[in-house]
Amino acid sequence: MNTPIYLDNHATTPMDQRVLEAMLPYFGARFGNAASRNHSFGWEAEEAVEKARTQAADLIGANKKEIVFTSGATESNNLALKGVTEMYAERGNHIITAATEHKAILDACKRLEKQGCKVTYLPVKPDGLVDLDMLREAITDRTILVSIMYANNEIGVIQPMREIGAICKERGVLFHTDATQAVGKIPVSVIGDNIDLLSFTAHKMYGPKGCGALYVRRKSPRVQLTAQMDGGGHERGMRSGTLNVPGIVGLGEACALCKDEMAAEAERLSGLRDRLKDRIMAELDEVYINGSIEHRLPHNLNISFAYVEGESLLMGINDIAVSSGSACTSATLEPSYVLKALGAGDDLAHSSIRFGLGRFTTQEEVDYAAEKIIQVVLKLRELSPLYELVKEGVDLNSIQWTGH
Amino acid sequence: MAYSDKVLDHYNNPRNVGSLDKKDPYVGTGMVGAPECGDVMKLQVKVNPETGVIEDAKFKTFGCGSAIASSSLATEWLKGKNVDEALAIKNTDIVNELALPPVKIHCSVLAEDAIKAAIQDYKVKAGLVEAEAANA
Repeated sequence: MNTPIYLDNHATTPMDQRVLEAMLPYFGARFGNAASRNHSFGWEAEEAVEKARTQAADLIGANKKEIVFTSGATESNNLALKGVTEMYAERGNHIITAATEHKAILDACKRLEKQGCKVTYLPVKPDGLVDLDMLREAITDRTILVSIMYANNEIGVIQPMREIGAICKERGVLFHTDATQAVGKIPVSVIGDNIDLLSFTAHKMYGPKGCGALYVRRKSPRVQLTAQMDGGGHERGMRSGTLNVPGIVGLGEACALCKDEMAAEAERLSGLRDRLKDRIMAELDEVYINGSIEHRLPHNLNISFAYVEGESLLMGINDIAVSSGSACTSATLEPSYVLKALGAGDDLAHSSIRFGLGRFTTQEEVDYAAEKIIQVVLKLRELSPLYELVKEGVDLNSIQWTGH
Repeated sequence: MAYSDKVLDHYNNPRNVGSLDKKDPYVGTGMVGAPECGDVMKLQVKVNPETGVIEDAKFKTFGCGSAIASSSLATEWLKGKNVDEALAIKNTDIVNELALPPVKIHCSVLAEDAIKAAIQDYKVKAGLVEAEAANA
């Protein structure tokens, strides 16, 4: 086993060797521009792009004509929100999203608010799921779009897509989902779930960085977008710019591999995830799982270790690559807004670690990580005045803290 | 973020971890910070009433590596100093010794506050001052 161990697969995934091999010719001899219609270099590139388009569409149950290639999920999200808002401005100006969305959604919404849109940020329940009744109540005559992520990047909680899709369809509102963490990991069906727009990206599923896609429904309803990038009219006019052929080939290959291997991989990873969770919980008290365990990605675990601060924990497990919801690990000095939205309390948000298992994670690595974390948490609790107080029977809420 | 060697050393081998008897009249206890801010430091000193010299110092810290290192270093510096010398320790001394980056300066401020709170607690218990500023 080699260290450091990579358990941060929600941030990005390593490329699968098979994806890399599929891409390599397109960095070399097959360098053509997919938009060149007059020679074999262009035809070859176009053929590769169209194959990838089919592979991407197949993974989410779409038609290949409904796939728009982009630079990644952030661009897809921006294109969906801004493109729909601009196109449907006459119909309304209200968007509904959730407090736990990725910044690519929240910050796009903030910009749209400055431009006169109204945005409702739905709170989530303590398990991280949106309340469907609140969603129903939030929809008005002016609502044009609901954007709710498929699965959360921090806590891995899977939203009730089918129910949300049904509500949106019934009310005649478009439904976009940021499915960055879900596509390739769990079955996704844009037909079954009535999804109108869906964002995803290659690098979260063992493909390359810099290539993503936006699914845009063509039938019932036919969704239209105002392009946010002007130019040569590529991608049916929705996204101009010379296609990133090697990246697109990589995305397609990554999608095809995920489609073939998803069922076995999900079962293996949920087994390893549960092994990690069970080992930790058997050895440590006052450990809390953040978010629903039932409605959850198979490879995600987000745990708070009460009375231990996240960054000091990461320091102790510096041969294991994970993320923390603690303020100290981010540039913002604010603890995770996702965990805060669950009502976890800032103290537990500071104590959280996100594990993201992946295709190349082994049982040996999981066992090593569990053992190391247990040791470090025990050591840090020896150091923790909070743990000492609690063990003395003091209620921490009864103390007058001198916050700074 | 890269940590300085001194921060790593204090994190890996924290000095003077533990607790002194809060009820001892010559023990001063300072607890500063708040759980929701991600930092709580408890720092204790045991003062020789004859000489005014700090004979022992202990800490426990909930916080990042820099907070742990700041409080660990503080206990090292406190031992053998008299009360007035202890109060002269400045957070900038800690910043310089540990090479803390700007985003971690608050850890050193917290350590200075903990020192002051512990000494104040000792002084109040020993009847050297009134209790008014105990929670400053």
